[in-house]
Amino acid sequence: MRENLHRFLRAARGAGVRVSPAESIDAMRAVSKVGFEDRGVLRDTFLLTLAKSQDEKRALGECFDLFFSQPEPAQDTKPDESKSDDTDSSAGSDSSNDASSGDQAQNLGPLAQMLLSQDRNAIAAAIANASGAASLSNIRYFTQRGIFSGRILDAMGIQRLRDDLDNLTATNPALAERLQAAVDGLRGTVRDTVSQALLLYGREETENLRNEILRNAPLARIEPRQVEQMRALIRQIARRLRERYSKPRKRQRRGHLDVRRTLRRNAAWGGVPFLTAWKRKHRDRPKIVALCDVSGSVARVSDFFLLLIHSLHEVVDDVRSFAFSGHLIEVSDILEDKSPEAAMAEIMSKVGFGSSDYGNSLADFEKGWMDTITPQTTVIVLGDARSNNLDPRADILRRIAERSKRLVWLNPEGRMTWGFGDSEMPRYATFCSVVRQCATAQQLERAVSDIVATYQ
Amino acid sequence: MADNRPAASIEAVESGLAAQGYIASRQIATAVYLSREIEKPILVEGPAGVGKTELAKAIAAWRGMKMIRLQCYEGLDEAKALYEWKYAKQLLYTQILKDKLGEVLGGAQTLHQALDQLHTFGDVFFSKEFVEPRPLLQALEQPAGCVLLIDEIDKSDAEFESLLLEILSDFQVTIPELGTVSAIAPPTVILTSNSERDLGDALKRRCLHLHIGFPEQKLEERIVESRVPGISQALRRQMVGFIHEIRTLDLKKLPSVSETIDWARVLVLLQATELDHEIVKDTLNVLLKYEADIEAAQPQLTTFIAKASRQGVFG
Repeated sequence: MRENLHRFLRAARGAGVRVSPAESIDAMRAVSKVGFEDRGVLRDTFLLTLAKSQDEKRALGECFDLFFSQPEPAQDTKPDESKSDDTDSSAGSDSSNDASSGDQAQNLGPLAQMLLSQDRNAIAAAIANASGAASLSNIRYFTQRGIFSGRILDAMGIQRLRDDLDNLTATNPALAERLQAAVDGLRGTVRDTVSQALLLYGREETENLRNEILRNAPLARIEPRQVEQMRALIRQIARRLRERYSKPRKRQRRGHLDVRRTLRRNAAWGGVPFLTAWKRKHRDRPKIVALCDVSGSVARVSDFFLLLIHSLHEVVDDVRSFAFSGHLIEVSDILEDKSPEAAMAEIMSKVGFGSSDYGNSLADFEKGWMDTITPQTTVIVLGDARSNNLDPRADILRRIAERSKRLVWLNPEGRMTWGFGDSEMPRYATFCSVVRQCATAQQLERAVSDIVATYQ
Repeated sequence: MADNRPAASIEAVESGLAAQGYIASRQIATAVYLSREIEKPILVEGPAGVGKTELAKAIAAWRGMKMIRLQCYEGLDEAKALYEWKYAKQLLYTQILKDKLGEVLGGAQTLHQALDQLHTFGDVFFSKEFVEPRPLLQALEQPAGCVLLIDEIDKSDAEFESLLLEILSDFQVTIPELGTVSAIAPPTVILTSNSERDLGDALKRRCLHLHIGFPEQKLEERIVESRVPGISQALRRQMVGFIHEIRTLDLKKLPSVSETIDWARVLVLLQATELDHEIVKDTLNVLLKYEADIEAAQPQLTTFIAKASRQGVFG
């Protein structure tokens, strides 16, 4: 049973529940107190000791149900076997057939005998043993299903069975047919066992792989079904950035005496320093003004960018967002009030999907919101700088750059294409502090991380 | 708990809490049982008003122990949670004992000798007598054990969590001047949290994590039955059914168990025999605490009442 518990803990890790050694010890202690009789109590015990949040509880509950719902090995083989049995006995009036098969069975390998005798428990035990021998719990990716099935069957002695089957086909075709059916059933069962193991142990690894691929996929070209996963990934990135940057701002430099303030504070005691005042280093709170192109192919990148920047509340609480294609509007309130999906839909319905006009949009910004930019502000422009050959109004961008702390341009297009066709990137780039490509989630994370880091 | 079989012990917990008027689900009972067996604190999370604090009270009443409560808030620190020196008493004693000190040190010729003599008396003024125990220390000093309720831990600062780690894992605290104080009898520790902020992993790791959500309909009916005995069965079923319908709405604050109980009391007081539109409309402010929520629920009332009364008949 201990072995089973260890396997369950591995499965729990696979399900994304973080289980430290100390927690597994606690779980073991708790289990030794409640025992194994009542599965419901056992389940509750694991939920109490291992899971640390509601999400983890859900994942662990599913994992528990999956783990302890044993694959029922002979379930699918049994009906057709009994059927073939029936037809055999009814059709074959000569009892010599049965008798000879009994004799034959003596010469067969253990696996063949087990299959023919339809001993379900023995088969289940054999599969479990073979799974252990093939270290099935190491399975990680779905591509490994074939190899693990093969290993399990090897460990069960499929080689010998194949020989038996060849011999029987020559000597006793009826029995061979029965055996063949049983073997097919066995293959199915092993396949199910492996699939279940993959579900149990491989989930986290599969997810990591998927996230890794997703992280490096161009945001503009991901498929609709991946959008939800991408949102989850962006939230994860936001959490990481929050953890990294929200703490250190609290840290204030101490150790230097502020002489002036100390003297002033202690004036009442004739300048004897009872109360000391220390120098503090004031850190700027990040102030961000984001201008996002929401036309055509840039729209999706803007979507994820806005989601990311607005889920960084603890780190940057002062964000003003603007969206533009033909003209420019402020979208901060929409993003604050609504769910990401609804907010994006509303923004799109207001300004989206037009042909972009950078010059006009920058003019709109200068007219309406130029005073939002202070010397502490980082201005982020996200767009491909393709202005459809209209006047780019780079002079406005220059004025923005002069007013602000930094001007960062994020361009989803590759550097190779900057400046070709109607791209105004080189002209804008002269006024930007930083220009970087930003097409994947990973690049997005780096870009935002760098921007926030300048305020630390 | 004469029977040592775990299932029976868990049932004993359940019935023991029920005797105190706390109807626990099996998961809660398992948590209470385990916390005693493997001596671990329970961290209870869940929305407001589902009976997190009540659980601690019920355990204390059931086991006949004292309950010590520490309400957390922003800015709570060591001096208010753990211990404090009684500065005034120390000062007073030095004043009173001044003459006595003079006598004791009278024989000394030099300052050095006086100091040496003083050292032999030890740290008289930093001893147990001058420690003002705050809830955490009090809990450790109870000879018969106690239930320590650390309420709304999520309201305190992150630094305070670290202070708790020692007491939670080893049931001891270290006072620099006195050394380590260990618990005479390990207290049953219950921490509650409304998930206002994420607690640290170190704290979570030391606790059994129990999430109490809104109860199922059957359980909630039993809770109302035990808390408001005067209510008829049909009305009870109707009103709990109605509340479960309300909880499917997207509201700012969903009505929880405490609101259910309040509402049951109100209905009994108004001598209602069944739910109708009029009485629900008049008493909705007991259930819903925001004007916007009441407005959102208003148009659905008739359908909910109809559904609930159907349940009352057939359920």
